[in-house]
Amino acid sequence: MSELAARPIDPVVGRPTPHESGALHATGHAVYTDDLAARAGDALTAWPVQSEQAHALVTLDVAPALEVPGVVRVLTAADVPGVNDAGVKHDEPLFPGEAMFHGHALAWVLGETAEAARLGAAAVRVEYETLPSVITVPEAIEAGSFQGIPRTIRRGDPEAALATAPHVFEGVIEIGGQEHFYLETHASLARVDSEGQVFVDCSTQHPSETQEIVAHVLGLPNNRVTVQALRMGGGFGGKEMQPHGFAAIAALGAMLTGRAVRLRLNRTQDLTMTGKRHPFHIVWTAGFDDDGRIVALATTLTSDGGWSLDLSEPVMGRALCHVDNAYWIPHFVAQGRVAKTNKTSQTAFRGFGGPQGMFVIEEVLGHAAPALGIDPASLRERNLYRPGQTTPYGQPVRHAERLRTIWEELRRSSDFDARRARIAAFNHEHDDVKRALAITPVKFGISFTLTAYNQAGALVHVYKDGSVLVNHGGTEMGQGLHTKMLQVAATALGVPLETVRLAPTRTDKVPNTSATAASSGADLNGGAVKHACEQIRDRMAAVAGRMLGVDQRDVRFSGGRVAGLGPVPMGTGGPWFTFAQVADAAYHQRVQLWAAGFYRTEGLHWDTERMQGEPFKYFAYGAAATEVEVDGFTGAHRMLRVDILHDVGDSLSPIIDLGQVEGAFVQGAGWLTLEELRWDTTDGPGRGRLLTQSASTYKLPSFSEMPEEFNVRLLEHAAEDGAVYGSKAVGEPPLMLAFSVREAIREAVGAFGPEGRSVELGSPATGEATFRAILAARRDEDDRTDAASGATTATGATTGAPRPLVPSDS
Amino acid sequence: MDHIGVMVNGRRHPLQGVSAHSTALDWLRGIGLTGCKEGCAEGECGACAVLLAMPDDHGGTRWTAVNACLVPVAALDGQEVVTAEGLGSPEAPHPVQARLAEAGGSQCGYCTPGFACSMAGEFYRAGRAAGDAAEPQPADAEDTVDGRADAHHGPNGFDLHALSGNLCRCTGYRPIRDAAYALGEPEAGDPLADRRSRPAPDVVATRLDGPDGRFVRPASLDEALGLMRDEPDAMVVAGTTDWGVDVNLRGRRAPLSIAIERLPELRTLDLGDAGIEIGAALALSEVERRLDGAVPLLAELFPRFASPLIRNRATIGGNLGTASPIGDTAPALLALEARVVLVSAAGEREVDLADYFTGYRETVRRPDELIRAVRIPLPLAGIFAFHKVAKRRFDDISSVAVGLALDLDDGVIAGARIGLGGVAATPIRARATEAVLVGRPWTLETARDAASVLGTEGTPMSDHRASAEYRSLMLGTALLKLHRSTPLTPEGVPA
Repeated sequence: MSELAARPIDPVVGRPTPHESGALHATGHAVYTDDLAARAGDALTAWPVQSEQAHALVTLDVAPALEVPGVVRVLTAADVPGVNDAGVKHDEPLFPGEAMFHGHALAWVLGETAEAARLGAAAVRVEYETLPSVITVPEAIEAGSFQGIPRTIRRGDPEAALATAPHVFEGVIEIGGQEHFYLETHASLARVDSEGQVFVDCSTQHPSETQEIVAHVLGLPNNRVTVQALRMGGGFGGKEMQPHGFAAIAALGAMLTGRAVRLRLNRTQDLTMTGKRHPFHIVWTAGFDDDGRIVALATTLTSDGGWSLDLSEPVMGRALCHVDNAYWIPHFVAQGRVAKTNKTSQTAFRGFGGPQGMFVIEEVLGHAAPALGIDPASLRERNLYRPGQTTPYGQPVRHAERLRTIWEELRRSSDFDARRARIAAFNHEHDDVKRALAITPVKFGISFTLTAYNQAGALVHVYKDGSVLVNHGGTEMGQGLHTKMLQVAATALGVPLETVRLAPTRTDKVPNTSATAASSGADLNGGAVKHACEQIRDRMAAVAGRMLGVDQRDVRFSGGRVAGLGPVPMGTGGPWFTFAQVADAAYHQRVQLWAAGFYRTEGLHWDTERMQGEPFKYFAYGAAATEVEVDGFTGAHRMLRVDILHDVGDSLSPIIDLGQVEGAFVQGAGWLTLEELRWDTTDGPGRGRLLTQSASTYKLPSFSEMPEEFNVRLLEHAAEDGAVYGSKAVGEPPLMLAFSVREAIREAVGAFGPEGRSVELGSPATGEATFRAILAARRDEDDRTDAASGATTATGATTGAPRPLVPSDS
Repeated sequence: MDHIGVMVNGRRHPLQGVSAHSTALDWLRGIGLTGCKEGCAEGECGACAVLLAMPDDHGGTRWTAVNACLVPVAALDGQEVVTAEGLGSPEAPHPVQARLAEAGGSQCGYCTPGFACSMAGEFYRAGRAAGDAAEPQPADAEDTVDGRADAHHGPNGFDLHALSGNLCRCTGYRPIRDAAYALGEPEAGDPLADRRSRPAPDVVATRLDGPDGRFVRPASLDEALGLMRDEPDAMVVAGTTDWGVDVNLRGRRAPLSIAIERLPELRTLDLGDAGIEIGAALALSEVERRLDGAVPLLAELFPRFASPLIRNRATIGGNLGTASPIGDTAPALLALEARVVLVSAAGEREVDLADYFTGYRETVRRPDELIRAVRIPLPLAGIFAFHKVAKRRFDDISSVAVGLALDLDDGVIAGARIGLGGVAATPIRARATEAVLVGRPWTLETARDAASVLGTEGTPMSDHRASAEYRSLMLGTALLKLHRSTPLTPEGVPA
């Protein structure tokens, strides 16, 4: 066990601890960015002027807005003292002269009240010179509208292997995007203080980058700008890149007016202005041998990147690295490219391309199983990675045996085989409703694929009274990072949890931080917090050694007491001091009681050009077994029971981790079965407009979509050697457990039709999409019944026009 | 205007300088109660839920959870409100808050104050722990083919539907459910529990002249009708669930809003031998509670109508008054052959609901008329159903809604009434299908024949909710599903 992973006796990590802000949350006392604005009283409100065309040159006349009572100023490109750019790729002008999507913010109105700012924005006259627009991915492919650098992962000779494979299948599918729908929309509050410091409270996952963008827009060095992230009302990746421009607008307004400026998007503005999970267009061809082993896979992924590059390239990179999911694919080629469309700039969203990549292989297996005559659970199991195998990008699959352990344990605990038998009997008795139980695995790589991001800092203070204050570079968005960091600090210093406080994340405390993203918040910041605490503890150990008359290497810190080796006789006297006593003594001996901690993930290397290397520190594993019931009258489904076994290493905080697994699963199920983004794709005046731009039209899972029975367990004895206190990252991987829902729906639909028939299912598998699939299955059932010979109509391959093995246009 | 004010968390706050279009949400945040959160500003997410002291049916008070984003603060003049901050503090949390925090029921925490309020409303529901169902017929019963255990009621009587208007994006809901099911009874001395035995605040006549319009709560029906006669541009509001959406999302600012939901003449409910009359301004949840299953078709409808947070405010009169083609009460009421009672200063008249709608959001109601009540003739049909197709099972807007009512005589259909929503510019009766059904035995063949006709009724459109094709298909399957759920016994009567 590495020093990083080893736990002391009686650690505070591993204890089930509710969220550190739970009582504040429930009582309404937890403060979010815009709550500060509500209390500020004198803050101006910023309101956007949004484009009503998908693509056009725009000319603004802001004079009418200034006539509106209460309007203070209108911000335009002419006001920018620094760089008119809100992104890091220099393709996102903060004030555009060319509207790139319907809803694009063209200017911002500052008003004494939200009402004044709203009316002012409505008064701004916009002239449009319409330009051709690209809305859908097929349109982009047709027009050759791409952005960024296409990438390919290749292993073996997939073309040759597919040419000789006994069974070859192919398909094309478009999968929908997903709106983050954090309950708290984007919010910033900016002020300029007496010393000329620009202070921005921002709901951001990436305070350092928000700081950098604000600074470059204002033409200031970074040391003049401080960004604070109190807590977010949800992020999910949507606040990794997207907050920067909004923070910059608020800061610009504050600098120009000398007043505090608040900017909070309402829900429709948030939906129409900010990026989402990338929709993907997927073309695939897969070959199997007679035993159902995958021989080869060739696939081309085209993501809908929207109007600017944003994080689309790394999202595609992660998608390509997850096409294999948990399966050994000897011959492999996956090409990825990013379409440029006149839509919001699609961005990070929990899973970061991983879900779209995994979609390919789960689609392939779900599609192929009936045609191969192998039940889907067996087909998946047969292809799971084995120890010693490597991914298509060349990384050994360490702990591959855990996949099988999880798989077998979950089949047992979910009573999988007996329930499958009962379901078959149920389906035999019911014509109009069918059930199915599907099991799918997850293998998800942990680390930023941009290697530089795999670092973190912390600043820990121990005060003379023994109380502890922790700063670190990660942000709290509900994932429980701060709870875990409190537990890490309490463990490393051997103090009770209650004596540690966590300060809000600020760029003037810990600089140059990475986004809290890629599930890495606890790994990276936990490493840094632990490092800082251990420096202080070691210095205190020297002091305590002298006090106790023992060698400093024999001093132990536990439960707020400092003692020499051997059992500490709690409360019975004996040789020990309180942590506070030692801290006070250390102060008087002029020993430094604060420390900066730093962590960098070891052992990573990645060649972006060749798409080969070891980009991940480790893999997180899991599996889910989901039973659904599908209504043949409507296509609606219900989740009757879900069983999950997931690997979080040795959990830092079991309540938090359980919450992450459950929440991610339901969010993934929302993406795959319910949540539907629809844009106006007609040539009418609303072309490019997001049609699902409110909570009443964009539906996320509610109580009624929760599994009726939901059994989630964390894999036991799963210490991960390469991470803090033996834990593993948990934020994203469980989202992809939701493929079990989609595959169960697919199997249930299949039960409406003849055996051996592949089911084509749209994504999301809404009631309507599922009903279409049922109609198709029933048509085939009718055809089969009508056929006098009784010969099966199922063939090995799907029908349709022949497609090139690997499209040549990328 | 300092005479008007609201009691919030036990303290009276004057309503000074508010506009007629200020929402309770914005106002509460403005006085520092920022636990009330805006998640959507259209009553879909529940992050702004607060508790109102409303009259119960026995002279006491019922703590009623509502969406603050949809309530004009002027409508709260003289009323009592409790927010999450009023339930408890971090040092002394309310039982629902303590359970939520312990159970891991909050992650980002932004939706949590709203959940706490919805949960507290159900916590204080009279009869909860005694096992009285909040809803006479759980909506999932019809979906269940093998009698699975009711997944929506806790061992403590907690009805999970109480939370179906609150969205959480983080937890996946399981810990919130566990928190709800772990609640006990209110303890002795619980001030909100004790408050229930005293009457709810009286209704006060309110007159607010704001910078962007007036808000008037008339003291009487006569005054309301007189105002409507004199000011045809006035907007009449009851539960304000549409008002809030118009104000928040569409920037609508009516010159005069007239609040009528507490007028006694509009809040009657009479169960007679010949028919049932339902006051137009009763909130849907009051109607549901007071009907107590007397109209089973409506009992099927209520749980599918939006969410409890909406049903605690929205009225039948409002749903028919706004005349949306996708309003949910109309298809059911059409199947019930309901009649609309309209009243003006000149007197009353009664219109068949089937004749009431004249075009997209247009009706025969004159600007000076109010919907006073809805009348449902008796006896009710023996075979009935309300089918709603939407993306989500609860708290969603219909793609298609179908109300079905069949009278059987010896297994033969003697009468058929089918109301449709979502397939035309107005809710409509499916007359052609009804004609096919009448006089034929209620067999699968009849159902199939009629379903093929039903699938051609209306002129559905494709939009972001559903395609026209799917909408048409769903009409037909509604009838087939009804047939499956009402098989005839060998004696020719429904099983």
